[in-house]
Amino acid sequence: MTAPLAVITGLGAITPLGLSYKDLWIAIQQEKCGINRITAFDPAGFTCQIAGQAPEFAIRDYVPKAMRKTTKLMSRDIELAIVAADDAFKDAGIITKAFDEQNITINPKRTAITLGAGLISCDLIELAPAVARSITDGKFDIKKWGEDGINLLTPLWLLKYLPNMLACHVGIIHDIQGPSNTITCAEAAAQIAIGEAAQIIARGDADLALAGGGEAKVNPIVHIRQCLLKRAASNYNDNPTAACRPFDAKASGSVFGEAAACIIMESPENAKNRNAKIYAQISGLGQSCSINPKYESIEPDGKGIQYAIESALDEAKITPQQLDLIIPHGTGILADDAAEAAAIRSVLGSAADAIPVFPTKSLVSNTGAAAGAVDVIAACCMMRDGIIPAAKNCENNVSKLNIVKQEIKKDINYVLCCSYTYGGQTAAVVLKKYE
Amino acid sequence: MNEQNKNRVVITGIGIVCPLGNDVPTMWDNILNCRSGVDATTIFDASTFPTKFCSEVKNFDITKYTKNPKLHEQGNRHSRFAVGAAAEACKQAKINIETENPADGIDRKRMGIYLGAGEGSVDNENFFNAIVQGWDDASNNMDWNKWAAVAFGKMTAYRELEQEPNMPAAHLAMLTGARGTVRSCLTACAASTQAVGEAFKIVQSGRADIMITGGAHSMIHPLGITGFNRLTALSTRNDSPQTASRPFSASRDGFVIGEGAAIVILETLESAKKRNVEILAEVIGFGSSNDAFRVTDMHEEARGAVSAIESALKDAGLTNKDIDYISTHGTSTSENDSIETLAIKTVFKEEAKNTPVSSVKSMLGHLIGAAGAAELITCVLAIRDGILPPTINYNDPDPALDLDYVPNKPRKADVNIAMDESFGFGGQNNVVIIKKYQK
Repeated sequence: MTAPLAVITGLGAITPLGLSYKDLWIAIQQEKCGINRITAFDPAGFTCQIAGQAPEFAIRDYVPKAMRKTTKLMSRDIELAIVAADDAFKDAGIITKAFDEQNITINPKRTAITLGAGLISCDLIELAPAVARSITDGKFDIKKWGEDGINLLTPLWLLKYLPNMLACHVGIIHDIQGPSNTITCAEAAAQIAIGEAAQIIARGDADLALAGGGEAKVNPIVHIRQCLLKRAASNYNDNPTAACRPFDAKASGSVFGEAAACIIMESPENAKNRNAKIYAQISGLGQSCSINPKYESIEPDGKGIQYAIESALDEAKITPQQLDLIIPHGTGILADDAAEAAAIRSVLGSAADAIPVFPTKSLVSNTGAAAGAVDVIAACCMMRDGIIPAAKNCENNVSKLNIVKQEIKKDINYVLCCSYTYGGQTAAVVLKKYE
Repeated sequence: MNEQNKNRVVITGIGIVCPLGNDVPTMWDNILNCRSGVDATTIFDASTFPTKFCSEVKNFDITKYTKNPKLHEQGNRHSRFAVGAAAEACKQAKINIETENPADGIDRKRMGIYLGAGEGSVDNENFFNAIVQGWDDASNNMDWNKWAAVAFGKMTAYRELEQEPNMPAAHLAMLTGARGTVRSCLTACAASTQAVGEAFKIVQSGRADIMITGGAHSMIHPLGITGFNRLTALSTRNDSPQTASRPFSASRDGFVIGEGAAIVILETLESAKKRNVEILAEVIGFGSSNDAFRVTDMHEEARGAVSAIESALKDAGLTNKDIDYISTHGTSTSENDSIETLAIKTVFKEEAKNTPVSSVKSMLGHLIGAAGAAELITCVLAIRDGILPPTINYNDPDPALDLDYVPNKPRKADVNIAMDESFGFGGQNNVVIIKKYQK
């Protein structure tokens, strides 16, 4: 039995499955898939033409009146993070400056924010008129760009694309003045951010933290990067909802999407003092790294994932048999899924035969820097309701993992979430039902 | 956490690739001789940009640092700089690199990496030309089919992958075999101080024995300079590049952008003793805060900066009388140097005038994400050698800024405790405090 590092008291998300974490959880239970043909731009010329796109929303609705002017400085990644943070604070029953300046229920200096963010790509349509002014003989001319083209860009252009601006805007809106960090570890970013925020609370540098991640992956340059790396599914353009197939024999790659997901974490004492509802406690964190000369992929034996899981279980002081559920990273990229499955098997041994495994990306898509927080939120909901829904798109399970075939209703005490990314960083989080 | 359970954390290696040299001794010699690393931009043709100069890394040869340069040849500039800086730091800390059997007494699962690392530059020629081909003047919009045809034809997987900000950490993991906590953060100009601070906490709390930490960044590329020029954050003193970075001077007109990588090895005192490595200094405090004010400006009363400095002092168990030297953020922008001076005066009160502060950005330029760690290395050397690095180009003091900026030449001084400050766009404030090592 160990003291929790922190407890989770609020959930928030905007995903291809809806504008709130509640929408997300309802859709997951109904096996609804948020993947469709890309509408954000004409995808016909891309090898992968599908993605998970968030429903429409108006960012003005999430920004206090006095700050509406700042919406002009927001890339879509920033907007997504603002929507998810709004959902999370409201779910936690916390009043911040954004909601009612007179009745704030957090101490701004004792509140931290740690978000995962992606490599925010510039909006090519915004750049294009400036580029069009900088052409000589049909080619881009840097001299013309320097003297003329750049003047077409809005003076504050750069500020839209700095990854730390997700946390900065959210921090300004909700008046978060404590430690603020932005983790840029791609698909592992959100769980690393959650881990770091838990450590900040555990060491006493904050009483409460907003943590998670956000990334707008449905952008031509972001999308082509995954296509060029051959990580994006190319065989399912006509059948989008069947496209993302973690651990399935017919997988042909991952499907990318846009989302932000945030959780509110607190010291147990802070949560008790304000009578907060507690979803779960964070009992163990593990981190490591895959080392592979082909660093767009995970090393085949999954060692880096294995080490992260081992240290998370160690810190939680539990045996593999005590796990009731695993939410893996499970992208639908065959080699990476095989490496992750190998890692899980090597830690859990034969215990892995029985423990249900539920990958979320077949429904939600691979939302990059948000993905790990989407999974933690799904884990919290499953734990609260005692339901593990059936996994989608894994009719031909090639892993030796127990991918959930039919909905399970049971008491869930311990959940393991894990994530990894190209570039190698790995993370694992053990959640425990709070007593 | 229980005070008794905290590990003491020491620095056992430093390494740098920067505009004033591609190793620590060269950099320090240049700083003590008040040399500037600034000159005309050569990385790309900046001759028509508002700012035509910068502070570039020169003559960097990765084969001097690694026997496996092929592994890093796809890496962006800053990833390769990180490899160089890490190789130097690891050598000093007796961490064996590029071997399956390191035999250096370090459990790789207990050794991690924490970088404040920037994004890589876009694939400029192909990036811009794909837009040229894809733009449809008639509809005033992009034709994504045309764009995709060019982009799929010209862009390459690794050149795209290497723009991701977690790539320098990937290269260092391959170099060192680190299998512990590996993280990368990007909080603009405060990133590497934040990385060092969080890495300090990871070692202090026992989550790792060793952290390879610091930063790597190069924004000297067309879109980077475009962005900063549009913000009017860069100096445009094109007729005198070497005097353009003039922190705290009345005529300062913006920062001078630099590039590089700076790596610091943090280690538990116990591990350092067991391995019998030289201890360069001890890390004793970290403070981090968020202005929560505006993304465009620092808080007028330096709210966030004050809070970060105070948190760091408290974390170190110090008062405002205990700091012998402050390595400032000192960017040479009108706003930063004023607000930072205000922050120091707010925290240090009557002690402020007795506390020497300087900005090595006057010589190095602003290494953006790597700046804080580079400056921390100069703090380590200030403690080791008993000498304060100067603020050069300080010839017309700003009457409103009245601290002791160690003007124009280095100064001998016994430095027991030094503080490193970094402030980033968006209101990110991070402060690390180090101390001369005493048993």
